Amino acid sequence: MKEFVDVWILGLGLATLTYGTPLILAALGGLFSERSGIVNIALEGMMTAGAFFAIYVSVQTNSWFFGLIGAMLAGMVLAAVHAVATVTFHADQIVSGTAIILIAAGLVNFLNLTLFGSEGSPPDISSPWKVGPADFRVSVLVPLAFLAVAGTWFVIFRTPFGLRLRSVGEHPRAADTVGIDVARMRYTAVLVSGALAGLAGAFISFNVDSYTENMVAGNGFIALAALIFGKWKPVPVMMACLLFGFAQGLASRLGGVGWLPDAFQSPELLNALPYVITLIALAGFVGKAVPPAAVGKPYIKH
Amino acid sequence: MAQATPGATILELKDVSKRFGEFYANRGVNFDLRAGEVHCLCGENGAGKSTMMNMLYGLLEPTEGTISMDGAPVHIGGPRHAIDLGIGMVHQHFMLIPVFTVAENIVLADEPTQGMTLDIKAAEARVRELSDRYGLSVDPSARVQDITVGQQQRAEILKALYRRARILILDEPTAVLTPQEIEELLRVIGLLRDEGMSIIMITHKLKEVLSIADRISVLRRGEMVGTVPREGQTEASIANMMVGRDVLLKVDKTESIPERPVLTVQDLWVKDDRDLDAVRGASFEVHAGEIVGVAGIDGNGQEELVDAIAGLRPIQRGRITLDGEDITGLSPHEVSEAGLGHIPQDRHRRGMVLDFDLRENVMLHDWDKRDMVRFGIIDRAASAERAETLCDMYDVRSGGGIGSRAGSLSGGNQQKLVIAREIQRDPKLLIAAQPTRGVDIGAIEFIHRRLVEERDAGTAVLLVSLEMSEVLSLSDRIVVIFEGEIVAEFEGGRVDEQRLGMAMIGSGDGHSVPGQAGIGGALAGPEVEETPA
Ligand SMILES: Nc1ncnc2c1ncn2[C@@H]1O[C@H](COP(=O)(O)OP(=O)(O)OP(=O)(O)O)[C@@H](O)[C@H]1O
Ligand SMILES: [Mg+2]
Repeated sequence: MKEFVDVWILGLGLATLTYGTPLILAALGGLFSERSGIVNIALEGMMTAGAFFAIYVSVQTNSWFFGLIGAMLAGMVLAAVHAVATVTFHADQIVSGTAIILIAAGLVNFLNLTLFGSEGSPPDISSPWKVGPADFRVSVLVPLAFLAVAGTWFVIFRTPFGLRLRSVGEHPRAADTVGIDVARMRYTAVLVSGALAGLAGAFISFNVDSYTENMVAGNGFIALAALIFGKWKPVPVMMACLLFGFAQGLASRLGGVGWLPDAFQSPELLNALPYVITLIALAGFVGKAVPPAAVGKPYIKH
Repeated sequence: MAQATPGATILELKDVSKRFGEFYANRGVNFDLRAGEVHCLCGENGAGKSTMMNMLYGLLEPTEGTISMDGAPVHIGGPRHAIDLGIGMVHQHFMLIPVFTVAENIVLADEPTQGMTLDIKAAEARVRELSDRYGLSVDPSARVQDITVGQQQRAEILKALYRRARILILDEPTAVLTPQEIEELLRVIGLLRDEGMSIIMITHKLKEVLSIADRISVLRRGEMVGTVPREGQTEASIANMMVGRDVLLKVDKTESIPERPVLTVQDLWVKDDRDLDAVRGASFEVHAGEIVGVAGIDGNGQEELVDAIAGLRPIQRGRITLDGEDITGLSPHEVSEAGLGHIPQDRHRRGMVLDFDLRENVMLHDWDKRDMVRFGIIDRAASAERAETLCDMYDVRSGGGIGSRAGSLSGGNQQKLVIAREIQRDPKLLIAAQPTRGVDIGAIEFIHRRLVEERDAGTAVLLVSLEMSEVLSLSDRIVVIFEGEIVAEFEGGRVDEQRLGMAMIGSGDGHSVPGQAGIGGALAGPEVEETPA
């Protein structure tokens, strides 16, 4: 019984949070961006940059806190590139996002090799506090992510800033006619998006206290799926992220279960589980997901 | 509200021009607005009215010339600046966010707050206060997408009032309103003027101009023809100023000679977007060679009826045939192939692709036709030629010829483009839903004449219009739709506005014609026969 609780309740709960938290942070980032009308598929790239710079800055300054700041700044730099391309130069948002993902992957791997060499980052680094009871200790970023959900909800739905942000994502011309600076709003949203995605990346690398190549492994895209699944609303988005996190946790645990047929224990199949769930969820349950009306479209003044 | 002495000039344009590329939308325009007046601005489609107003609102920058307020030149850098100067504008195409509530739309960018939070209660209270004061009734907590066009417009006016505008620009405010709503709007405009507001109103409806204007200015092809006081003007005199020639204000048509039935609708039931029955057992016919007008107050099932015939909306029950062919449940493309020409009510949503150029819009139906597409490749020359011809024949004016983006055309010219395309297809049945909405007087004359010509050429024409005078002057037969039912039927030319109006609100003088198929054309009585339901 004790073992069952340990493995299937606490263990799976921890795994859900471990996999779900970066999804939540990244998806919230996507939420800000898309609510303002800019698709941000570059979350993946911003997370990669965040994952690396969290470790790098933490090593350099011996402070995980600065590591987090570094991760956010790294995400924001890429976000700024995305904003310049899409808001100022009306570039296609998918193309710009794809380019940023590719650039981030290449650049970060290059920096990783040059700065850390082939043996990777040093073993002992300053890592975020752990909080919670003895057998359920999680990074301080976990409660922070849930706070961010509440904060995002508040900002988006309860403040004048949020109203303006949404207006720009729904009908930029209408926003313009009441004097809202559409471009500035979109810049702000995309930068916030970059900071949150950077933080999400930091969580992933701090979780193992090192950076390894391609460690973000598609989580940026799953966060985007969660954003749609959660219909661009903070709390449902969080639930979706936790569901996907749970699927990943489950996949990582099923491997050791004796009564499952061998075929289901193949790691390849199990690793596909979260993606299968994502697909089923998106195809089956989303129903009518109405995105912000102006998402993906550049706003061109006369 | 306004501090300026009544009658003093508060806004002035001097030699203002606006150029798009090589094309002058405004050229050397002089204009002045006096405190506390209603100044109507008239002109044909594409004359440059909206362009001129967009410059006043800071959305466009004049290429040349100066704008002054209270005697001092101002450079209106953007909408924010215009708002600060006390200018409010209700745009031709509303600037409301469908998923926001009325109150959210009104306070956007000037939100009342409580600490950090948006104080939506205060916003709604303020909106309610304004709406009570001016009799602009609208529910502040309703979502814009759920309210009628008339209510949306009131929200737009409230938006300007909330921002303490002292100059109000209304760009074709009545184009989308029902006659009742228009009356109401004119009352509100009068009220605002009495409180000292200065108002510029653009409209194509000369009756309104004569009833509300203090002065009238007319633009023609970008240039100011002149400004005159209302006294002594007639519809004909203003129309002449606008077009530069006399305009026939009445439709000139002969008796119709109805032939075989082309459209038959039998016991049709259709649901609306909210899943309520919008059309409830409608039956009627339209014969070749006649124009049947559907009269009714907005929202009584006209839209759903038209959608159902065009295959754009599922049918719950009933049967529709087009020239003998059963088209019930066919796809829009199949219905169109069966011989339907459709001038949709909402040209932006259904009529055209705003981001396509005119050439592409003209061949939208013909993606599978031999004369436009060869081996899967669009024949640019052929489609360009057709676009040229149609723009020529229908006088579609654009800044950059057939390569212009449809979205850059003025509203009325967009409408003419859609009409041209649909008539050119030589349909057996032509549905014209609000064909002259937002169209200038010269173009109305033209469109009406074209519809009559189509009729004379043997097309069955179904006209759906909220404009009673349009239905009355064009129709050979009128069916009245009320709450989804055909409640009355009149012979054209044998009924007046009063009786039609009564029927439209469901209290006609006793006659109820549940439009049994067949009675339509045969109906020969003086006005209406009584038939048991
Ligand atoms: N952004 C633009 N680019 C190019 N041409 C434009 C643009 N905006 C307007 N035009 C052209 O300028 C002319 C004037 O347009 P405008 O919208 O001011 O007409 P309007 O008088 O308001 O007509 P309507 O009664 O149909 O609304 C039109 O020929 C239009 O095609
Ligand atoms: Mg206009």
